[in-house]
Amino acid sequence: MAASGGRTVGSFLWKCGNCCFNFNTVSSNLTCQVLSRQLCVSAVLHRKNLAAAGPEKFSEEFIKKQVEEFNIGKRHLANMMGEDPETFTQGDIDRSIAYLFPSGLFDKKAKPLMKHPDEVFPKQRAVQWGADGRPFHFLFYTGKQSYYTLMHDTFTKALAVEKHQDRLRGKGLFTQDTKQISLVGSRWLLKEELEELLVETISEHDYARFIQLMERLLSLPYCSVEEDFVQRYRRQLEIQSSKQQVQPLQYDQHGVAYSTGDGRRKTATGTVLLRDSSSGSISINGTNYVHYFPVLQDREQLMFPLHFMGVLGRFDMQCSVSGGGHSSQAGALRLAISRAMLSFLSEGQVETMRQAGLLTPDPRIKERKKPGQEGARRKFTWKKR
Amino acid sequence: MAAGVFTKGLCGFRQPRIVAAGYSCSGPLYATATAVKTLPLQTDSTAVTDKIQNLPLEMPDFFRLSELFSLKDLFDARVHLGHKKGCRHRLMEPYLFGSRLDQDIIDLDQTMEHLQSALNFTAHIAYRGGIILFVSRRRQFGHLVESTAGDCGEYAHTRYWQGGLLTNAPIQYGPGVRLPDLIVFLSTLNNVFQQHVGVRDAAKMNIPTVGVVDSNCNPSLVTYPVPGNDDTPAAMELYCRLFKMTINRAKDKRRQMELLQGLSPAGLTPGSS
Repeated sequence: MAASGGRTVGSFLWKCGNCCFNFNTVSSNLTCQVLSRQLCVSAVLHRKNLAAAGPEKFSEEFIKKQVEEFNIGKRHLANMMGEDPETFTQGDIDRSIAYLFPSGLFDKKAKPLMKHPDEVFPKQRAVQWGADGRPFHFLFYTGKQSYYTLMHDTFTKALAVEKHQDRLRGKGLFTQDTKQISLVGSRWLLKEELEELLVETISEHDYARFIQLMERLLSLPYCSVEEDFVQRYRRQLEIQSSKQQVQPLQYDQHGVAYSTGDGRRKTATGTVLLRDSSSGSISINGTNYVHYFPVLQDREQLMFPLHFMGVLGRFDMQCSVSGGGHSSQAGALRLAISRAMLSFLSEGQVETMRQAGLLTPDPRIKERKKPGQEGARRKFTWKKR
Repeated sequence: MAAGVFTKGLCGFRQPRIVAAGYSCSGPLYATATAVKTLPLQTDSTAVTDKIQNLPLEMPDFFRLSELFSLKDLFDARVHLGHKKGCRHRLMEPYLFGSRLDQDIIDLDQTMEHLQSALNFTAHIAYRGGIILFVSRRRQFGHLVESTAGDCGEYAHTRYWQGGLLTNAPIQYGPGVRLPDLIVFLSTLNNVFQQHVGVRDAAKMNIPTVGVVDSNCNPSLVTYPVPGNDDTPAAMELYCRLFKMTINRAKDKRRQMELLQGLSPAGLTPGSS
């Protein structure tokens, strides 16, 4: 009752407030008539064109305030969790937030977040000119100052190297066989990484030009002088084979080395026990492999890892496989054998196995049937009428 | 009835706002009074700055730029060599001395006068702390022009000219950007042998231009054209050297004047170094 009464009073007040407002504007109109003319504009013009404003800009004081708030909040959080505020790391913060605000949401970005403002707010450029209006950077008026400075500096270095070469030629000390910069195992920065480095957007064409200029610098015989500069724009490639987890060799009571491996293909799973016995006998689910796999193709799949590494008669295999059909069982066993063999091989051989594709699980599975179609891809017969 | 009571109460609440609005509306009435108050405090500094700014204007060659170059220097740098007769622009004919074996020869006497006035103008702009933008679209000399600009403390643009650079500057760079006060074209043509967009845009934005015009260029929109060769490395190095020396001289002179005026507010004899 009281609540409903309050609501009506509230709405009543609101209505009165509205007419009061109108009344006030009229009166202000009268007072300011001499000096200003109030233009009557509709609400449409007061709405900001959000798309034209571009990405949201944060001022420096705002970011500074956010950093201070973050640091104070971090200490409060540490106190709440009973930890030492001085040695409270980002990992601790993440775990505390996950504990205090458990979230069942799937998207990582939708979960509660507490990170340093530098990671949350995108990096922005400060105002590029001083109090007198003069820009700080000499290439400001090009629009892409960081990118063009980079090009300018690279070209300056190329000119310096050429000058050095000319001086050596003049003295007669010029030789073609000089220490070259090793580019093996590294790649050029990607366009996105370069944009991040320069805090500026660049086009595909610009990126291509940059790579071209760097290659030109590298084509000079004495470019090793500028090795540091060049390496700044290269990233080391991760060696894929180092990600392989190789199980250590196990030895049974007779001192024979053995190892296990398992593999999957479609719905078939298989496990293999490889014994280093130089007998070469293979049994699958208790039966001989010739009887289990009457098809030649399946037996070839089974032998391929051993044949590839040249260890055909060396190992003794005990396999068990279930699920799927004969082809997928053969594929599953092939992967299992390759994985089991890893413990017997060296690093280089592991890399060759990986490059041959023996260690990659085949991701292909049966595609689901869609509604409105007869199968996964097959559509119903099209009838003209 | 109740409505009337409510409106009165809320009106009373809101009245200060009308009064405040009234004050803001009559803002200009108070501004003049404050302006009158601040003027006497500024007379000393404004008089000094006026003196510093107006002193160079009393003499024709305050920065003594005629001693930086001579006709022989221009000849040795091959500034007089133009393009062939077929490339000649009609409006460049007054600046040509003649042609030899179909190659146009630029009149170096006229070039001397034009170069003197162009360098003098540049020096005055630099003296007054103006922004000078060096523009050249020749790929051969882009690095040289950028280095020259970097050495003088001025600005360069030897890259692809985005359309709205001068005409749409507040949107492209941000509100409150300051446009260049002088644009120096070390070659008025772009890579397809058409007039650089910057010449037309500077004319639109009322920005004075200094330009080295070769015998195939259009000198009409350039404020201070300097007829001369823009293809030879020797000539370009000469121009860059001259502009760099002019700007450095002008800036040093300005610093000197400010130091001297700061030390002794009493006047200074003109032409003292």
